[in-house]
Amino acid sequence: MRATDVRLRLPQRFNLVSAILWGLRIVVVVLVLAGAWATLSSGKLSPDTWRDLVVFGIAQGSVYALIALGYTLVYGVLFMINFAHGDVFMTGAMTAFFVARNFDESGFLNANPIVALLILFAVSMLTSMVVAIALERIAYRPLRRAPRLVPLITAIGASLFISNSVRGIYGEQDQAYPTINALQGRFDIFGIPILKTQAVVIVAAVVFMVGLVYFVERTRTGRAMRAVSEDKDVAALMGINVDRIIVTTFAIGGALAGAAGILYALVFNEVDWFMGFLPGIKAFTAAVLGGIGNIAGAMLGGLTLGVLESVGPFLLLGGAGVPSPNQLRDVIAFTVLVLVLIFRPNGILGQSEPGS
Amino acid sequence: MQKLLRWSAMPMAALLLLTACQGGGASTSPSASGSTSASQDPTAVCAADKFGCVEVAKGDKIELASALSITGATASLGLDSVTGIQVAIKDRGKVAGHDVELKSEDAGCSNAADGQTAAQAIVADPKIVAVIGTSCSRTAVPAMPVLAAQGYLMISPSNTAPSLTDPTSKDFGGPFYMRTAYNDKVQGAAVAKFACEVLHAKSAATIHDGSPYAQQLQQVFADDFKAQCAGTITAQEAIHIGDKDFHPVLSTIGSPDMLFFPIFDPEAPLITQQSQDIPALAKTKLVSADGASDDTFIKTAGPLAQRLGMYFSGPDLNFGTKYTGQFLPEYKQIAGKDPTSVYHAHAYDAANIIFDGIEKVGLTDAAGNLFIPRTALKDYARGEKDYKGLTGTLTCDPNGDCGASFVHITQLKPDASGKLTFQQVYTTRSGG
Repeated sequence: MRATDVRLRLPQRFNLVSAILWGLRIVVVVLVLAGAWATLSSGKLSPDTWRDLVVFGIAQGSVYALIALGYTLVYGVLFMINFAHGDVFMTGAMTAFFVARNFDESGFLNANPIVALLILFAVSMLTSMVVAIALERIAYRPLRRAPRLVPLITAIGASLFISNSVRGIYGEQDQAYPTINALQGRFDIFGIPILKTQAVVIVAAVVFMVGLVYFVERTRTGRAMRAVSEDKDVAALMGINVDRIIVTTFAIGGALAGAAGILYALVFNEVDWFMGFLPGIKAFTAAVLGGIGNIAGAMLGGLTLGVLESVGPFLLLGGAGVPSPNQLRDVIAFTVLVLVLIFRPNGILGQSEPGS
Repeated sequence: MQKLLRWSAMPMAALLLLTACQGGGASTSPSASGSTSASQDPTAVCAADKFGCVEVAKGDKIELASALSITGATASLGLDSVTGIQVAIKDRGKVAGHDVELKSEDAGCSNAADGQTAAQAIVADPKIVAVIGTSCSRTAVPAMPVLAAQGYLMISPSNTAPSLTDPTSKDFGGPFYMRTAYNDKVQGAAVAKFACEVLHAKSAATIHDGSPYAQQLQQVFADDFKAQCAGTITAQEAIHIGDKDFHPVLSTIGSPDMLFFPIFDPEAPLITQQSQDIPALAKTKLVSADGASDDTFIKTAGPLAQRLGMYFSGPDLNFGTKYTGQFLPEYKQIAGKDPTSVYHAHAYDAANIIFDGIEKVGLTDAAGNLFIPRTALKDYARGEKDYKGLTGTLTCDPNGDCGASFVHITQLKPDASGKLTFQQVYTTRSGG
């Protein structure tokens, strides 16, 4: 009899909550449709401009995706959010800046742009990788058995430590990244004009992502990584060196962040000690959006967030007569995060959290 | 040792006072020890002043505070003004027989809360006589209530937002606020005039960053551009400080003849660079303002801005021979480099107005201690009339606008040594 009681009571509670959620869903959909319709019917922007906005969004989203992969990889094996990851991204770009400046002053950068760019990638990725490994070894490994809140707070502390160390070492001015002449101007790809820097960003991001997927799916270490992600204790019993796999994960995440740092610097020509904060938060949003712990999800989340940020403000608010909609792009980005957390806590491609 | 002497001098001075006049009722506090002139008794003056006096003991330094932007991307703006104050201190030597010491607080620029933090640090020190700051209008808004509540006068060398001296605005600086910079009503009108008379622009777009300065300056410009030149405003957009990707906003402002973005570093150089990625803006003339006229901009986007012939509005710095012959060499000696921004002379004038005020309203007692009544100092400074400053002849209006500056438009061009500098191409000053 008690079982039927529960069954009777549950639907009632479920109905109330779900009614509110359904109401919220409808409100969101109506707002989005009304805003989009108002903007599109006003014809303020030409189709070409919309296309450009999407391309800008994909380029920005590729950078988010590369950083988001670091969050997701670490979450996959350790179930912790490495909030210092944005600063790992920053250290690579900041260190490579000094190499880039020297290349620029000696003329090497524009004489051999491809070689120079490859060296810059190597320097940035290596720096970020070393910082990520040190971070894991010094800040996280001693706390592996601690409650989950402890590494989270350590991560925030590590983030402050790294960014302020860079501020102390390199100074707090914004540094202007030298521009590469070969990357000025635009390509025409299938009739779509696209900035060369953004083309490089998108292509490089795709290459790194494909490489990562291959590594995780096809190599021994990748398989070990997936095993550790499934169950650390069983993986250890199978002869996998869990510590080494975790360090490898941090190293890969760090290297991807370093690559993202160079791409970011190529597009924006400016680096400073605080540059990791906002992209770090955005990439974290992207990782959650796509489903944290899921590699394809991080990529999808990054691209989605980038395009939403680029197209969203004008599409949703421009036609509704909201003044200066672009000021609100972060509002849109984080509103999306909140909505995802409400309606699909596991993200677009996420699987349910282990142990829950 | 000095303190000991002062304390031992006090009973003697009190005795003298008792024999000199019979009404000794007010002489309970140690500061009432003695007055040199019969009509100006510091005790009475300080007791009558709503916010009391700043006491500077004999041989001590007068403390002056600055609340400017001295770190981060906008540091060249604030450090430039700090050097202006240092030149004023050096030029002046002693003020009312005391040396002057500058205490620099960082009031930041992009974060309004930093202005309040700096103000709180300043009011925590009762020895500070007055404040020179802030660099950015946004930080002045939360700083002023804190300072005014304790009777600290603040003179800004570079706040230009109209709302700060508009009594109907919630940002109004109040009786303890004044500025030696111009009001942006002047700058906005000048940019509009330049846009239609020189650039022959028919349409314009503006981008601001939500700060009172940028938001109001672009609004004044937009209103004047519509009214005076019958121009159209294609968009008045805004960006979020801290963003790096401005391609979307630049894509959605149409294809105007001119783009006015009076914002700060690092956003202003980024917009300059990214505007070149938008085909619709290929023929658009770029115009920024005083907030971006500094070294940081030159370093990040200088060569590009030079190639594009980008314009900057700001105060006309042709202040005359005292400025070029005396001020600038001293500036270079102290800072070790050329001015990094445009509001150093305004800071120099602000400091000198405070020094004049101290000499005018400060009272020295028999022991050589200086008493500076706060309200009287503010009344003196706010009542400044036909003051011959470095930046021109300053007269304060009832709301605290004292700036006499003329507006000019500059472009980045290489100087004799090949270094990029802001060089004037247009000015509202009549007759040079």
